[in-house]
Amino acid sequence: MAKITYITDDNKDHTIEVQNGLTVMEGAVQNDIPGIDADCGGGMACATCHVYVKDEWFNKIPKKEDGEEDMLDMAFEPKKNSRLSCQIVVSDELDGLTVNIPSKQG
Amino acid sequence: MIKTDALIIGAGPTGLFTAHQLKLIGLSCEIVDNLDKIGGQCIELYPDKPIYDIPAVPECTGEELTNNLIDQIKPFNIKFHLGERVDQVKKEADNWNVKTSNGTIFQTPNVIIAGGVGSFEPRKFPVKECEKFENQSLFYSIKDKKIFEGKTVSIFGGGDSALDWAVELSKNSKVNLIHRRDEFRGAQATVDKVHQLAKEGKINLLTKYQMTAIKGENRLESIDIKSDDKEFKTLKTDYVLGFFGLIMQLGPIANWGLNMDKKTIEVDTEKFETNQKGIYAVGDICSYPGKLKLILSGFHEGALAARACFKLARPNEKYRFEFTTSSKTIKERLGVKSD
Repeated sequence: MAKITYITDDNKDHTIEVQNGLTVMEGAVQNDIPGIDADCGGGMACATCHVYVKDEWFNKIPKKEDGEEDMLDMAFEPKKNSRLSCQIVVSDELDGLTVNIPSKQG
Repeated sequence: MIKTDALIIGAGPTGLFTAHQLKLIGLSCEIVDNLDKIGGQCIELYPDKPIYDIPAVPECTGEELTNNLIDQIKPFNIKFHLGERVDQVKKEADNWNVKTSNGTIFQTPNVIIAGGVGSFEPRKFPVKECEKFENQSLFYSIKDKKIFEGKTVSIFGGGDSALDWAVELSKNSKVNLIHRRDEFRGAQATVDKVHQLAKEGKINLLTKYQMTAIKGENRLESIDIKSDDKEFKTLKTDYVLGFFGLIMQLGPIANWGLNMDKKTIEVDTEKFETNQKGIYAVGDICSYPGKLKLILSGFHEGALAARACFKLARPNEKYRFEFTTSSKTIKERLGVKSD
């Protein structure tokens, strides 16, 4: 279990507890947090679950695997701290993780 | 105007198998899809990715699955309308009047929406002012490459489309190729070619840059780009091309008077009918308690929606359930020999 904070584009905080094993994307979708579309359902095939990970967390979470950076090319306004939230699996170590949701997914 | 017993919107796996089921029970149908090819997400998003949960198929790629489904409906000679988006669905007496972006008009008692997450549209630049130049000096696809001759073209993107066009247009135009990082995801041979052309000064390669502004009064004059290290550049350019792949947009479906739940359409689980009589939704786009977004679920939903179509298309006939293994009529429709 980890407390994860999603900050939407209108600067609202949504802090929820997400079970270990779920992804940060699933945590958002299951709790109706706006701004994460996840069109492909977690297949790393659409880049519509794009988030910005707070700098202090970016190096702590598991690294990107092959293909994620390719998909991020298609994301809306990608930055250095961009990730696809469907590729971040929640564990106790992620307790306190904060991600910003971009203004659009595409 | 085309008259058909059923119109399917979406040529993904669910749409294809639904067409199979309609033809098997003796109904006519046609398929419309906004993509220029058959296969939907399977072909656009993951043609090479293996799928492991199609019943009786231990492993196949999105492309193989699509090709098998196309093979399966081959006996029926189904008409596809590709590169057309359904824009309007209107009630007209006992029929639906359906109009596409190309002006094709269908008259049908049954519309089956197998639209996945909506229609695929090009992903656009985040810079809002880009809209002003769209289809005049800013494009997301190329129809006539001649207009670029002797001009400066700034191409954005890191995949095959961006790279192929950079190589092609560098023959007769001044090309800037701008990408957000150093690595490209296109074919290695094309990536090598781009680097070679950059060395020869035929392509101006700018990596780790993204567009921040687009400027021009009546016509496009320049763009501003910014690097990861916050370094700004202004590029004079006649044209801008963006190749960021496709994104799924729900589009006009939202205007058809259907009960929606977020981006999905609510249906019953007997006919997969929406709140509008004669409009059905199957596959990823439909929602009902317990809905699973699996290809196999789409097949089941399509099979039931097809039976529901029979009632409206043949109001004076009774639908009789038959097995493909034993029905002479079905075998005739399939063009196979009866025992």
